[in-house]
Amino acid sequence: MSLVLSLSILGACVLLSWPLGRYLTAVMEPPKEAPGIQRLFETTIVRVTGSAAAAQQNWKSYAVSMLTFNGVMFGVSWLILTVQTWLPLNPDQMAALEPSLVFNTVASFTSNTNLQHYSGEASLSYFSQLFALMWLQFVSAATGLAALTALARGLSGRTMLGNFYRDVLRATFGILLPLCLVVATLLLIGGIPMTFKGAAVAHTLEGLEQTIARGPVAAFVAIKQLGTNGGGFFGPNSTHPMENPGFFTNVIECASILLIPMACVWMFGFMTRRVRHAAVVFAVMALMLAVNVGAALYLESAPTAALEGLPVAQQRGNLEGKELRFGTGAGPLWAALTTATSNGSVNSMHDSLNPLTGLVPMIGMWLNVIFGGVGVGMINMFLYIIAGVFICGMMVGRTPEYLTRKVETREMKLALLAILVHPLFILGGAAIFAATPWGAGTVNNPGPHGFSEILYEFSSASADNGSGFEGLGDNTVPWNTATGLVMLLSRFIPIILPLAIAGSLAAKKAAPENTGTLRTDTPLFGFVILGSVVFVGALLFLPVAVLGPIAEHLARGIR
Amino acid sequence: MFRTLMIWTTAELFPSMRAALSTILVCCIAYPAVIWALGQGLTPHTADGSLIYDKDGRTIGGERIAQAFTRPEYFWPRPSAADYNAAGAAGSNLSPANLRLRELAEQRIAAYTPASEETIPADLVTASGSGLDPHITREAALYQVPRVAKARGLDESELRAAVQQHANKTTGLLINVLLLNLELDAAVPE
Repeated sequence: MSLVLSLSILGACVLLSWPLGRYLTAVMEPPKEAPGIQRLFETTIVRVTGSAAAAQQNWKSYAVSMLTFNGVMFGVSWLILTVQTWLPLNPDQMAALEPSLVFNTVASFTSNTNLQHYSGEASLSYFSQLFALMWLQFVSAATGLAALTALARGLSGRTMLGNFYRDVLRATFGILLPLCLVVATLLLIGGIPMTFKGAAVAHTLEGLEQTIARGPVAAFVAIKQLGTNGGGFFGPNSTHPMENPGFFTNVIECASILLIPMACVWMFGFMTRRVRHAAVVFAVMALMLAVNVGAALYLESAPTAALEGLPVAQQRGNLEGKELRFGTGAGPLWAALTTATSNGSVNSMHDSLNPLTGLVPMIGMWLNVIFGGVGVGMINMFLYIIAGVFICGMMVGRTPEYLTRKVETREMKLALLAILVHPLFILGGAAIFAATPWGAGTVNNPGPHGFSEILYEFSSASADNGSGFEGLGDNTVPWNTATGLVMLLSRFIPIILPLAIAGSLAAKKAAPENTGTLRTDTPLFGFVILGSVVFVGALLFLPVAVLGPIAEHLARGIR
Repeated sequence: MFRTLMIWTTAELFPSMRAALSTILVCCIAYPAVIWALGQGLTPHTADGSLIYDKDGRTIGGERIAQAFTRPEYFWPRPSAADYNAAGAAGSNLSPANLRLRELAEQRIAAYTPASEETIPADLVTASGSGLDPHITREAALYQVPRVAKARGLDESELRAAVQQHANKTTGLLINVLLLNLELDAAVPE
């Protein structure tokens, strides 16, 4: 039952991603004979940002514009969160946040991560939720789309990568906003609240008082899911009955995780005019996704190990940390999707997944290329493609090429640097925090699972994912500072370096393709990139996988 | 240096601020306003949080939010790691292999005082992800029927039929605990 449902959601997303990819391409790279409404849209955008939006930019000035705009995003949201007490739309009188928590939260939403060391309904005003966080959810996702667009332009041989301001506004208004209007309306119909009234106080049947938090949730959840953001309105994210009230909303939210990341691969293909190449990349990603989903579904059907031998009927699998209304398989399916795509929302508590199921989301974040974040997932895959092309070139003794341009030392250096940032932060960070009270004193579970909590937190920060093993007591100054820095660096380094590679490739003369060229649109090439991703990932992360989830799984029967 | 800064300010910082302002106006004001208006027009009840009121207009709970029940005459919801705090929802975040979970389960089973040989449905001993799961499984409700029937002086088979009828309103598998308890109270006025 849950397998059939999972397959139908995945299948629907694959089918929808193709037309959506066409739409993305048409918005980001308007055709010569654009319809009137799009021409009006383009002139409006240029008018909004002034003459800066008219100029063509090389990779350096594109990167400068991106960093400036992201700096403004950071600054504005910092200000809002710091002074939220004095701002409007604060019916529940939320107080000011502690400075390191503000830094972490702003870094988290600017970098499209949405790691949350606060709990929305307990700490943030509606103004902060909408004007700081939801705004960042829009523009950070748009930044990712702009970056991928620029990369694709560079790889199709243009040294001028377009204009960042235009691209980011095209993505925000032309892609994210219309999709959000549709999804938010569906979520309203599914029963998600959208109100500016403060928390309600109920007098329960047994005479207790219960304060029920609510808010403008529907608008927030739409962009949270579509923009691979993942930051929930409420603390427990989409497990919360107001954020995900039923089966219907669960399906909509689940599909929204995948749509744009999948469409991004097609957009890359259309823009570089290499659709068959994009299809190979898409197939590799889809294969890895299917493996992760299958593994998670299978592993999570095992009962809760700690309850073995008690008189408990466990035929529904492990129910700790899960909501009944979604059905049994919904938790592991979502866990696999949300970490493959760097979304990071959850509809079950990942900390309470069976030990080996918990490894699946970690694998998604370690590889970080299974469709990945909006725009940036395909950029990450580009790095592995460069590595794969290079290895193949070396094996046959030819200068490697990618899309007719020669890949040489400079490009390889940049690509490897960008790939290695990720394991450095995860392994280095986890090592430091596991060895010191900074991390060891904050875990919620003993033994290997405690190590998994630390490892997961750094994996999530470095993959700009945002989910967590939430038992971790992570609202401390060391955690806030360390993960905040990791999120920012692991966001911008793997965007800027690929742009540099694209700039450098575009400046080279195109080499005509001949029979000796490694073709990038064949199944063989699919195996090459699959191999690069899997082998590099396994070499880097198998040891910590054994220390955390695998050790816990093997020891689970020992009392 | 100063000159570069000036150029950056006019060429990058000002356009960035203009882009920021325009996206804030559209994404943070216009977009939520449209969705809010749609919600108030299409689905006013759920848009305000699906609250339930008594006949005097007093709020007695949320349709989608579990509330605490400990008296024998009510059906009990799933355990909550957040103690049913609907303004600070949370799961237990305990590993399924953590023995603390076993201790908690033993306490929870003891509260139900099961007859020997009887197994208790797992949803009654495991905490949900939000701590606010409004549902229990049909089996979990049927499991509680003897206690509730005894406390209310009802016939067990009648109560069992009422539970089944309640389940049939949706998928047949789940019971909304608060709504079922409200139905029971309405059927037998104190």
